[in-house]
Amino acid sequence: MLHGSELSYGYAGGREHRTFSLRDVTIDVPRRSLTGLLGPNGCGKTTLLRLLAGILTPQSGTVTLKGRPLSDLSRREIARHIAVVPQETHPAFDYTVMEMVLMGRHPHLGPFELEGPHDLRLAHDALAATGTDHLANRAYMTLSGGEKQRVVIASALTQASDVLLLDEPTASLDLGYQLDVASLLSQLNDERDVTMLLATHDLNLAASVCDRIVLMRDGHVIAQGPTTEVLTAARVREIYGVIADVRHHDRAGHLTVTPVSRVP
Amino acid sequence: MTPRLGSSAVESLARGKARELSAALMQRPIRSRLVLTIAGFGGLTLVTCLLAPLVGSTSISLSRVFDRSIPFADNVDAQIFFIARMPRVLAGAVTGAALAAAGVVFQAMLRNPLATPFTLGVSAGASLGAMTAIVLGTSVAIGPFSVVPLASLVGAAIAAAIVYRLATLRDRAMSTTVLLLAGVTLNAFFSALIMFLQYLSNFAQVYRAMRWVMGDLDVGSFQPILAALPLIAIAFALFAMLPSSLNLLSVGVDAAAARGVDTARTQRLAFVSASVATAAAVSLAGPIGFIGIVVPHLVRLLVGVDHRVVLPASALFGAAFLVACDVGARMLLAPLEVPVGVITALIGGPFFLWLLIRRG
Repeated sequence: MLHGSELSYGYAGGREHRTFSLRDVTIDVPRRSLTGLLGPNGCGKTTLLRLLAGILTPQSGTVTLKGRPLSDLSRREIARHIAVVPQETHPAFDYTVMEMVLMGRHPHLGPFELEGPHDLRLAHDALAATGTDHLANRAYMTLSGGEKQRVVIASALTQASDVLLLDEPTASLDLGYQLDVASLLSQLNDERDVTMLLATHDLNLAASVCDRIVLMRDGHVIAQGPTTEVLTAARVREIYGVIADVRHHDRAGHLTVTPVSRVP
Repeated sequence: MTPRLGSSAVESLARGKARELSAALMQRPIRSRLVLTIAGFGGLTLVTCLLAPLVGSTSISLSRVFDRSIPFADNVDAQIFFIARMPRVLAGAVTGAALAAAGVVFQAMLRNPLATPFTLGVSAGASLGAMTAIVLGTSVAIGPFSVVPLASLVGAAIAAAIVYRLATLRDRAMSTTVLLLAGVTLNAFFSALIMFLQYLSNFAQVYRAMRWVMGDLDVGSFQPILAALPLIAIAFALFAMLPSSLNLLSVGVDAAAARGVDTARTQRLAFVSASVATAAAVSLAGPIGFIGIVVPHLVRLLVGVDHRVVLPASALFGAAFLVACDVGARMLLAPLEVPVGVITALIGGPFFLWLLIRRG
């Protein structure tokens, strides 16, 4: 579905020097998968997501969407297929929830076209799917962190894309909302066939919802494959420098990761 | 009109009926919201522009103005209406619309509700240009432009070009931080040059320059308006392409890109169009302050923050607001005329502070 091959990207740092945050990264996000992207702070997860969404252009390598290079597609075309849920969204003006959600329709509307009944219906569906329909007329900025994140997910759903890239969508949420978002993602993946790539620090979230895992460190992909094969105690130790128990939890029905101590 | 009166009127407007009206309006779909808003503000602007020429230190009668039986040379009412007041009202409408719309565009593009058309140094450049022309004392006219507006236009273009170049030096996308810092620095730098020029000039020149900075809509004839109009038309044609992209840009640059907005192109288009509108307005009437911030914020209180509604509504209300302020300027100490920039600042200053406190 979405494939990045040998992607490199560096941020400008001083005269002629570039500090590379990604080097020769090859990543595959298969159709209908829910892939977790794991790795320590600064390993290049967010940069990789921005490259895959076409927000950044790689300095070398190519990203392909259904076999077509992103560089051949317009921004608008890319946005019809790929939606992004960022870590945090801070609008400069006091938009209502409905306005925020309807902005997801932007790539589907012509330059002077206004949203019509079809767009409104999609927005209402997305609000219902994320359990935020009662907030439609509220000001976005007055919502709690959990509500905001669900509204941003609703906005991405309204975009009606077949790929959803999420950058730590549960980072600012409490335990209850984390579970809500996790089950929402699984449900969307199952029922709407949305292909997802989920960057997260929460190994248990990844273990519970993802069928595939991509592990990153220092701008490289260390391993990728089915969750049960990739998410092992040895890998957690290698990537994070943490000794952890990784075992199947019978009641939860998935792997759980319990950090025990730092590697001495 | 005192500052206290101005701000409390605005406050009660915002807290009272306006909020109910705004809430009712926000429930409607975008199409009917747009139609209602444009009809409302359009009507207000039309009425203001039609009534404004009738008000002044000399009272005139509309029936005499349009009385064909009196020859124009003998019809004092018609002369006051068409020669003294009509150009002034039109200049006010054009300037007010351009400054208010430019304010909206700059605020969205910089993701900063407190930005004004003058934040990025365009007006300081224009003032330096005007000051230079005044000090050099030349009175050459090139085409329809007389020298002071032309020089201010050149100054504004130079300032905008410097800021633009600095903000795009490192990357294709504009850095809003560099834009803001460069703009603020350029404002200070040009102000220093203006003071230096004033130090070197005589009293008459300094007086003329001071009057120019205060803003003046008494343009004398339709000629200067016609000269500024093509630039303002270009700016508004570009504005028309922006609103939905500005909505997304004001949510975040990445968020906008992820929803299909070509963010680098939108930022450039926004910067160029708003700078052209500002430069044309300033060259026509001087740097009239606060229109670019008061009007967009008042409009947002009434119709919400969607730029597809806010941009046209601000242009219309900006026209009405400046024309009304100019009537105030003509009437306050009649037959003396207070510079219109003083009136807009007297209303705008306290309003701006109130906004700051309200946001905090």
